Amino acid sequence: MKKPMNEMKVTFPSRSANEGFARAAVAAFLSQLDPAVDELADLRTAVSEAVTNCIVHAYRDEIGMITIHMKLYADGRTVIKIRDRGCGIDNVDKAMEPLFTTGGDDRSGLGFSVMESFTDRLRVSSHIGKGTVVTMEKYIAVRHRQARVV
Amino acid sequence: MVIRMDATPSGLTVWLSGELDHHSARSLREQVDAAVVRSSATVLRLDFSGVTFMDSSGIGLIMGRYRLLQSRGGKLLVVGVSDRLLRVMKLAGLERLPVWETAPVDTKKKQGVTRK
Ligand SMILES: Nc1ncnc2c1ncn2[C@@H]1O[C@H](COP(=O)(O)OP(=O)(O)OP(=O)(O)O)[C@@H](O)[C@H]1O
Ligand SMILES: [Mg+2]
Repeated sequence: MKKPMNEMKVTFPSRSANEGFARAAVAAFLSQLDPAVDELADLRTAVSEAVTNCIVHAYRDEIGMITIHMKLYADGRTVIKIRDRGCGIDNVDKAMEPLFTTGGDDRSGLGFSVMESFTDRLRVSSHIGKGTVVTMEKYIAVRHRQARVV
Repeated sequence: MVIRMDATPSGLTVWLSGELDHHSARSLREQVDAAVVRSSATVLRLDFSGVTFMDSSGIGLIMGRYRLLQSRGGKLLVVGVSDRLLRVMKLAGLERLPVWETAPVDTKKKQGVTRK
């Protein structure tokens, strides 16, 4: 696989105020690809879901660290990994089913559905007691290729 | 997220503006629920025309307020939803919920506060 033309990593504690920060950080880094309004909105929403899950579920009764690792490829492929070292998911397939939630009244169980429909690829790997990695890929249409620094 | 509320005999209207996520939904929910109980309103209008971002936390907020109003024999109305927000709401099938004053069609208008 080709090397990314650019990448960034950001780590922050699982405080809910950082949900907005995570969206803003990803959007700021993506801006070098000159994404369309919808592409940007899709990624912001998907990232918000994954980060919120770390805050609400992975670190339910504690504050832990969340890492976002984002890579940009020359063909417009964007890969975002969101990692926590929280409680882990016991049955990933079940957790990813629409409407499945362990979150009670305020949660709709649609976070993974949102990530799935707003990105081109979603993978989840999780180990109980060790944490979860959510990997999302999205192609950002190359509209100004000559403007790209490779 | 900034909210503005207006209680009249015909119901309680809440205008939301800013980003609606898990972080902002928490205090929003508390304020709205307290106002519903205080005003004993039977109609709650949630106006989304100022909302610039919403994820599934917004779905939870709407569903929760829908159930709250139903349990009080009242009604929730959702207005001012942009195309972008509608896309998220449709994942939850919210377009089939009886909360729309007018059918949620994709319109191109995004800004402008809808007032009675
Ligand atoms: N990072 C994580 N760590 C531990 N459990 C998780 C994590 N992410 C998701 N889960 C589990 O998967 C379930 C489904 O997640 P999903 O985001 O689809 O729905 P939700 O968070 O419950 O509700 P919503 O996202 O609609 O508010 C969660 O209820 C939780 O049990
Ligand atoms: Mg979620």
